[in-house]
Amino acid sequence: MRYLPHTEDDIASMLKEVGAKSLEDIFSAIPEDCRRKNALSLPEPLTEWELNDHMGNLAHIMAVSPEYKVFMGAGSYEHYIPASVSYLLGRSEFSTAYTPYQPEISQGTLQAIYEYQTLACLLLGMEVANASMYDGASALAEALLMAIRISRRQKKVAVSSLIHPLYRRVVQTYFAPTDYEIVELPYLKNGRTDISNLANMNDLAAVAVQSPNFFGCVEDLKIIGEHAHKQKALFVTSFTEPLAYGLFKTPGSQGADIVCGEGQSLGIPRSFGGPGLGMFATKKQYMRNMPGRLIGQTKDKDGKRGFVLTLATREQHIRREKATSNICSNQGLCATTAAMYMASVGGTGMRELAKLNYDKAEYLKAELKKAGFKISFVSPTFNEFVVEFPGKSEAAYKRLLGKKIVAGLSLGTYYPELANHYLLCVTETRSKEDMDELVGELKIKN
Amino acid sequence: MKETVGTTGLILNEPLLWEKGKKGRIGFSLPRQDVPPASPDPSLMGEGPDFPDLSEVDVIRHYTRLSQWNFSVDSGMYPLGSCTMKYNPKTNENQANLRGFADAHPLLPPELSQGTLKMMSELEELLAEITGMDSVSLQPAAGAHGELTGMLVFYAYHKSKGSRRSKILIPDTAHGTNPASATLCGFKSVPVKSNDQGILSAETVAELMDEDTAGIMVTNPNTLGLFEENIKKIAEIVHGKDGLIYCDGANMNALMGIVNMGDIGVDVLHLNLHKTFSTPHGGGGPGAGPVCVKKHLEPFLPVPRVMEKNGKYILSEDFPQSVGKLHGFYGNFGVLIKAYSYILSMGADLKKVSQLAVLNANYIKEKLKGVLYLPYDRPCMHECVFSDKNQAAQKVTTLDMAKRLMDYGFHPPTIYFPLVVHGAIMVEPTETESKENLDLFIETFKTIAEEAKTNPDQLHEAPTSPKVRRLDETTAARHPCLMG
Repeated sequence: MRYLPHTEDDIASMLKEVGAKSLEDIFSAIPEDCRRKNALSLPEPLTEWELNDHMGNLAHIMAVSPEYKVFMGAGSYEHYIPASVSYLLGRSEFSTAYTPYQPEISQGTLQAIYEYQTLACLLLGMEVANASMYDGASALAEALLMAIRISRRQKKVAVSSLIHPLYRRVVQTYFAPTDYEIVELPYLKNGRTDISNLANMNDLAAVAVQSPNFFGCVEDLKIIGEHAHKQKALFVTSFTEPLAYGLFKTPGSQGADIVCGEGQSLGIPRSFGGPGLGMFATKKQYMRNMPGRLIGQTKDKDGKRGFVLTLATREQHIRREKATSNICSNQGLCATTAAMYMASVGGTGMRELAKLNYDKAEYLKAELKKAGFKISFVSPTFNEFVVEFPGKSEAAYKRLLGKKIVAGLSLGTYYPELANHYLLCVTETRSKEDMDELVGELKIKN
Repeated sequence: MKETVGTTGLILNEPLLWEKGKKGRIGFSLPRQDVPPASPDPSLMGEGPDFPDLSEVDVIRHYTRLSQWNFSVDSGMYPLGSCTMKYNPKTNENQANLRGFADAHPLLPPELSQGTLKMMSELEELLAEITGMDSVSLQPAAGAHGELTGMLVFYAYHKSKGSRRSKILIPDTAHGTNPASATLCGFKSVPVKSNDQGILSAETVAELMDEDTAGIMVTNPNTLGLFEENIKKIAEIVHGKDGLIYCDGANMNALMGIVNMGDIGVDVLHLNLHKTFSTPHGGGGPGAGPVCVKKHLEPFLPVPRVMEKNGKYILSEDFPQSVGKLHGFYGNFGVLIKAYSYILSMGADLKKVSQLAVLNANYIKEKLKGVLYLPYDRPCMHECVFSDKNQAAQKVTTLDMAKRLMDYGFHPPTIYFPLVVHGAIMVEPTETESKENLDLFIETFKTIAEEAKTNPDQLHEAPTSPKVRRLDETTAARHPCLMG
């Protein structure tokens, strides 16, 4: 086997050194009744070339672009990834290193993550960002737990029903063994969160909303933040599409105390939902309550600039059961990817790219309206919006699938009252022709 | 001694991203504007992120230089105990990058996702066979996430029996994340002391185990690299009080094809695919921490679960007792592909992997004992733990020796962990290191032990070869500077 360097001679001489007769013999510390009785029943090892064929076949039966036109976002977005980013990511000095516990020989990872933290802060309008969480969903769960820790007394959080439904389910999982309570905020006809009940809730640790929300609508963060603060709750904002902040106001500038979300859009392939990037940022005053790894700048013995893992006293290997979180391995390489992507697109580019996403979605909206379809919510959107396909929408959806067009996500699964409503997404990867084709196909009566 | 790997090399300086570039540059090919521009509501508009503007060349040079400041498995031996820094096969990267996988949207209808679902279903079966457990969830995104899932399963199991237990036993030789994972599920950790042999004794567990204790979180082999010989007896005791056995499987690299975890009483086990199954660590992630359970705990596994129905794969939510969802989608799928590719490439040779991993660790233990103090002189599994006791007289510490190893071209072992050994030096060579590499490592450590006697200052000053020297971590923590 090409990954195992030992020759028969090596094994023989090493066995002799350790005083064992055979490779079985070196397991003498394992009592007989703990040994495995039967041999591993696994398929014959594949050669590299057989593996290529096998995996190629599995990959081949997946529906992906360019063959398929996928108008679906809902937390996983199709964006162009420059070859330069994929190429840099392939550098195994980044990918085959461990968590940078030994800073002198990990400065590459450390500086890259420090830069990521900085770019994340700039994008979200926050003061400190951590080195990443698993994904947007677990980042939200950890944000709410953090808010409860900070509040000390309150055990209740108000969560918008327009936060990604799968994220809310992850929050429920994290909360299940605790005595913390989740109150769901309903949504308004305009596609934004209904906060009219907030005034009656004075025992909240946090108010959490997503913007753009699951319907693609931009929330009025400033107003919601003010209401949250009036109730002495922390204002937590979540996101699934960070590119929106290339165009719209940052959550930080609207009063967010903790910002968390999914950074997959920033140069990371969708990869069937993972690995993505849990982004997490807060204000300086809450830094020591923040979960996750942090990289800080410092100096070496000679006064040269360098970077280290820092504030580790919050972490589980030191604080054990009193840690801020149990997160250890995070999504380091994905954070590095996001930084490479943000650096490549640049400030000017992010603005233009975000605007292009907005323009495309507006074009499709307008064309659908022209064709007689109803846009379900009037609030402004970024690159996703909800449209109603009247009548037997499922049949139409299926017919389009046959033409290799995925006409968004059916919302009925997550919001039963919204059967026949579909969440459509258009990014810079969908051309005018793609959109015209979609509208043309939708116009055909079943 | 033979010529070492370490040299001073050519190290290029590189500023921070925002210290270079010029407004108006771009490193991205902006797609064509093929639709008319629209006008967003001005009240929503922000200023756009204040990122530097860089050309593609700027970005490429920046990260290429940064990468050269890193030590990695591809640069040399990385014997970081407890982390299983084995070689990460390159074909696995190619497989994960296949368009059909990398571009797959997670919420496509199942009929359009048969390739990914089939792969997941098969990987679950392969992991069940390797561990000797019955059912697997691939959803946890890392080892600690797997621990959390396992603790949620404990919680759900006891809840299904109408009880809420408040405590959990955690040995002093368990992994550092264990207590934090248990705390998240409302369990109070009760520390269990290992005995003078470095392992758990059944009597100690019997004294602590009661009907208010949910179970025990064992790391096996433990963080001293020793097999918990009394595990079956311990399982009997814990099961006797209707508790459960959690095994932190981070050290599974020692036991593939050797021990059937299901047979020794383990109820829940997590794996670290980024350790045992060769997926790269990525400078801190992404990993994957699948959770394997015995049949009676299957109803509690996270949803959705991949099911096969008449040769078609679907995602099922139909598990009312499930702990719920742990990840927005299905976990770190891209990592799963790499582990799956590795297992298919190895087949039953995985047993050989464990045998050689254990042989390599025992070889280092035999050759270095005496040079370094070996607190538990017993046959080890895939890693061995020394300490700096022999160097104490020269006032040379574990840290000094670790830093000196860098000058010689090695990544240091894990240091000061496990906590039960003062000044611990935890060496895990893994099976992918050849005898020549091990010999050079051993010889290097002997040289360093000599230097400790003859020139301790050289060690206190180490390292001198890398880009930076020892860093001021105290100031970094006291006056945090976390963004530029």
